[in-house]
Amino acid sequence: MKFSENWLRTWVNPGLNSAELGHLLTMAGLEVEEQTAVAPAFNAVVVAEVLEVVKHPNADRLNVCQVNVGEAQPLTIVCGAPNVAVGLKVPCARIGAVLPGDFKIKQAKVRGIESFGMLCSDKELGLAEDSQGLWILPANAPVGMDMRQYLELDDQLFTLKLTPNRSDCAGMVGIARDVAALTGAPLTALEIPQHAATCADTRAVTVADAAACPLYCGRVVRGVNAAVATPDWMVRRLERSGLRSINAVVDITNYVMWEMGQPMHAFDLAQLSGGIAVRRARAGESLTLLNEQVVTLDESALVIADDARVLALAGIMGGQGSGVETSTQDVFLECAFFHPDAMAGQARRFGLATDSSFRFERGVDYAATAQALERATQLLLQICGGQPGPVTQVQGTLPTRAPIRLRPSRMQRVLGISLSPAQIAELFQRLQLGFTTEPGNGETVFTVQPPSFRFDLEIEADLIEELARVYGYEHIPAVPPQAALNMLPLPENRRTLAAVQQLLVNRDYQEIVSYAFVEAQSEQDLCGNCVPVVLQNPIASNMAVMRSSLVSGLVGALRYNLNRKQTRVRLFEVGACFAHADNGYAQSQRLSAIAYGPAQPEQWGSAARNVDFYDLKGDVEALLAGQSVRFVAAQDPALHPGRCAQIFCNDQLVGILGELHPHWQQQYDLPQAAVWFELDLDVALQRRVPQMRDIAKTLAVRRDLAVLVADSVNVQTLLDAMHAANAPFVQAVSLFDLYRGKGVEPGQKSLAFRVWLQDAQKTLTDSEIEPSIALLVQAMQQHGAQLRM
Amino acid sequence: MQELQTILEQAQQQFAAIQDEADLEQAKARYVGKEGSLTQLLKGLGKLSPEERPAAGARINQVKQGVEAALQQRREQLAQQKLAQRLAAEALDVTLPGRGTASGGLHPVTLTLQRIEQLFHSLGFAVASGPEIEHDYYNFTALNIPENHPARAMHDTFYIDPQHVLRTHTSPVQVHYMQENAPPLKIISPGRVYRVDSDATHSPMFHQVEGLWVDEDISFANLKGVVQDFLQRFFEQDDLQVRFRPSFFPFTEPSAEMDMSWKGGWLEIGGCGMVHPNVLQHVNIDSEKYLGFAFGLGVERLTMLRYGVHDLRLFYDSDLRFLKQFN
Repeated sequence: MKFSENWLRTWVNPGLNSAELGHLLTMAGLEVEEQTAVAPAFNAVVVAEVLEVVKHPNADRLNVCQVNVGEAQPLTIVCGAPNVAVGLKVPCARIGAVLPGDFKIKQAKVRGIESFGMLCSDKELGLAEDSQGLWILPANAPVGMDMRQYLELDDQLFTLKLTPNRSDCAGMVGIARDVAALTGAPLTALEIPQHAATCADTRAVTVADAAACPLYCGRVVRGVNAAVATPDWMVRRLERSGLRSINAVVDITNYVMWEMGQPMHAFDLAQLSGGIAVRRARAGESLTLLNEQVVTLDESALVIADDARVLALAGIMGGQGSGVETSTQDVFLECAFFHPDAMAGQARRFGLATDSSFRFERGVDYAATAQALERATQLLLQICGGQPGPVTQVQGTLPTRAPIRLRPSRMQRVLGISLSPAQIAELFQRLQLGFTTEPGNGETVFTVQPPSFRFDLEIEADLIEELARVYGYEHIPAVPPQAALNMLPLPENRRTLAAVQQLLVNRDYQEIVSYAFVEAQSEQDLCGNCVPVVLQNPIASNMAVMRSSLVSGLVGALRYNLNRKQTRVRLFEVGACFAHADNGYAQSQRLSAIAYGPAQPEQWGSAARNVDFYDLKGDVEALLAGQSVRFVAAQDPALHPGRCAQIFCNDQLVGILGELHPHWQQQYDLPQAAVWFELDLDVALQRRVPQMRDIAKTLAVRRDLAVLVADSVNVQTLLDAMHAANAPFVQAVSLFDLYRGKGVEPGQKSLAFRVWLQDAQKTLTDSEIEPSIALLVQAMQQHGAQLRM
Repeated sequence: MQELQTILEQAQQQFAAIQDEADLEQAKARYVGKEGSLTQLLKGLGKLSPEERPAAGARINQVKQGVEAALQQRREQLAQQKLAQRLAAEALDVTLPGRGTASGGLHPVTLTLQRIEQLFHSLGFAVASGPEIEHDYYNFTALNIPENHPARAMHDTFYIDPQHVLRTHTSPVQVHYMQENAPPLKIISPGRVYRVDSDATHSPMFHQVEGLWVDEDISFANLKGVVQDFLQRFFEQDDLQVRFRPSFFPFTEPSAEMDMSWKGGWLEIGGCGMVHPNVLQHVNIDSEKYLGFAFGLGVERLTMLRYGVHDLRLFYDSDLRFLKQFN
């Protein structure tokens, strides 16, 4: 809602300057989004008439002008503007004037001729970005009048960011009413006469949907001059409200909308055939709107129609071919109340959001509908002339506004402040809220009758907010709450997210945040996901589907950084991933990391090597330390088929690890391979609560076993086999060496396992150990392993 | 006996000149070895008279002890020298960088989230979370935003299907939590939210923290108290000014926008209010008995103010040159 401060001050003029007025509105919930001066500061610029133009004797492009500034003697002014001409009215900056940009006008000799001021363009006065020569003023501009006064330039433009509950402030009347309530300044009432009919013409009005349109007022006005120019004051107020002047009749309807918050429409009577109907559209009807949009209608649309066709989308926008043109002679003025419930979502369905729909959706004062029609009639007769017909009014059931009880004790509980009944009564009076009081439960209970212009007042909480608003939120103290102190649960089998994040930070990963929506193609490429969760209204085609994995974001971030000359990139992200599920959508929090480039930062102290599968496997093992974790060779669309493992935790698949597939590496322009893993966050958050076991009093015995085995046999197979052998006393088996090369035939590898054996009762002897070792060797032999001597 | 004194001085001089341990041991033999001069003198005692013998013996022994002391002193000096040489040879350039891995860092938004959680944790707020693809009911209806309410248009919602949206705020978590837990309730809920909006000051995905406190006596004055306390602690400025001005959210009444003073002006940092009775009724909480406040804070905004980040988009570019500044 944009308006001029001066206009507002014609209604209510509190003793506040512009800045204070802006602050008052903002602090009352009518947020001033923008507040700007109509014109920059300048002074001593008056309306002047050019009396004589003579070529400058010493300069081709300059003229010496005689200019009337309303004084006995004309001024001599040297002017370089090409459009200067005798008879024009132009702004003239007099000696002593200071123009925008601190441009001071002094008496000066211009090529030998004294000049006593400057004729100005609108650009020079800071009122236009660009201009072509002097600013030609209307012929009726009063010579000698100060330009600021003439154009009412000492004014500010306010733009309010209206919240949906305050439709009452979508008109000057409402804003003024609020300012009066907040400041106590008197409110100027609008004098609107009832216009007696001077012509008998009417149009029949039928309202087929009285629930949607509980009130319709219309009247014929004959013999209007629609070609007359809209008065300057009205054009100015409309322009300063962000409304373009169209023609006098349309301007009047817009003016009334801005003034009273009542949207109106004027039809060209000659274009109407028969009566007016407010009805649901019939399937197949269509309408070309004033904005040239063609809408196809059905029964859900409320329309204004005549006997022949649909004329307008009710409360939203008029149609072409029935509006008022400058040639129009007779008009039909319409002012109706459309119920917010019926208007909800109507404009949006057609992709529209108009000044009219904005107001009707939020609620328009139905008690002022008939008044608005009279106001428009008044202005129409003043400006365009004409003979008004009688008002046709069709009224159904208007909204009933139930009285609302306010208990001061409840208000005190909600706000934390105490107000006396007298204070409350005063606040309600300032808000023009009628009320009665009665004793109840040991206090004075108020019963408030919400007015027709306040659709937002329905329950006690709404009244409490109103009291707080007018009392001033800033006067409510900030008080620490008092409540019972209870400790929060602290489950020890869960780590905090922060602890998991810190673990990855300590392992040299940088956290990123990437968008949860990704390109459909990357979902398909990297996740093999052909049925992603799709956004109906994506912001861009590369953000069209919800990610099912964090991999695209990480690869994208990797590429972004490689393109910026980073050579070593290690990133992680924690975030939700999405997929379709039987009963809706599966959403899981994942933890994912990617590493690229040297395993360690470039340094003198150790040999450089690139990060590989086992580096990240180590990171995964660190994240899942203390849990039973297995890695199983697997396939994944994103990953190298020979360098990919599924991660199992307690036999549940919890993640994936591997090297990016060379195909994607090439496609995404990665000079080297990247290694990536992803885990269910929940698994990484799990932690074992320690339970102490007695330390064995005997010493553990160590045996090393070295075997030769085919390359195709993986280590886990041998470890599993040894575990399955159930060899007595064996506490742990771990791999400590892997060797290929001299002494080992191609296709084979040498593996060295360390075996720890222990008995709780006694220290083991060789003869007790040997059978166990034999069992382990035997188990490995099942897989073709040969013991190395 | 002049001879004895000469021997001692000679030995002391000789030892002091020796630089090598082996040479020192050889020199020792010249005085106290089998053929050493002092050994010879001791052997010569037998030639003296019994009366002279003790005194002469004592003098020789005294000199011998002197020689041995000199020897020992030189041994220690040489050992010290040797150690000093070794230590000098082993000296490192301690200014060479340490070996091993670097460490990474947290995203600045995470730093802010962690601070927020810690501060509210200190007041006993638990952390709750909810889904990001949210049912229309939770995102809107249960929060007193019926279908076609103009407030829905303010939300610029991403739709997945007619019933599901990407949550436009963290407020739906309130509803989930209140459905599952009985008052008194005290939670914050940090998370990602989505709006169809993208320019220099709007991101289609961003973070909010929702706060909710429901109890029998919780007032708007308490809401002001908690939010002001939080902002002053978060920015570590005891005199930070916080301003509440009337606003509208369908799920709170009264509603307020929170502004804080910053560089001579006011900056909007979130919305808040007293939980609307309809919202409590939706989750079967007696709105006569219980009151509550709720607030929502923009995490990116707090982060930008805290760390001087001027462009929202930097948070999502994943540029290491930006991210590493927070390590």
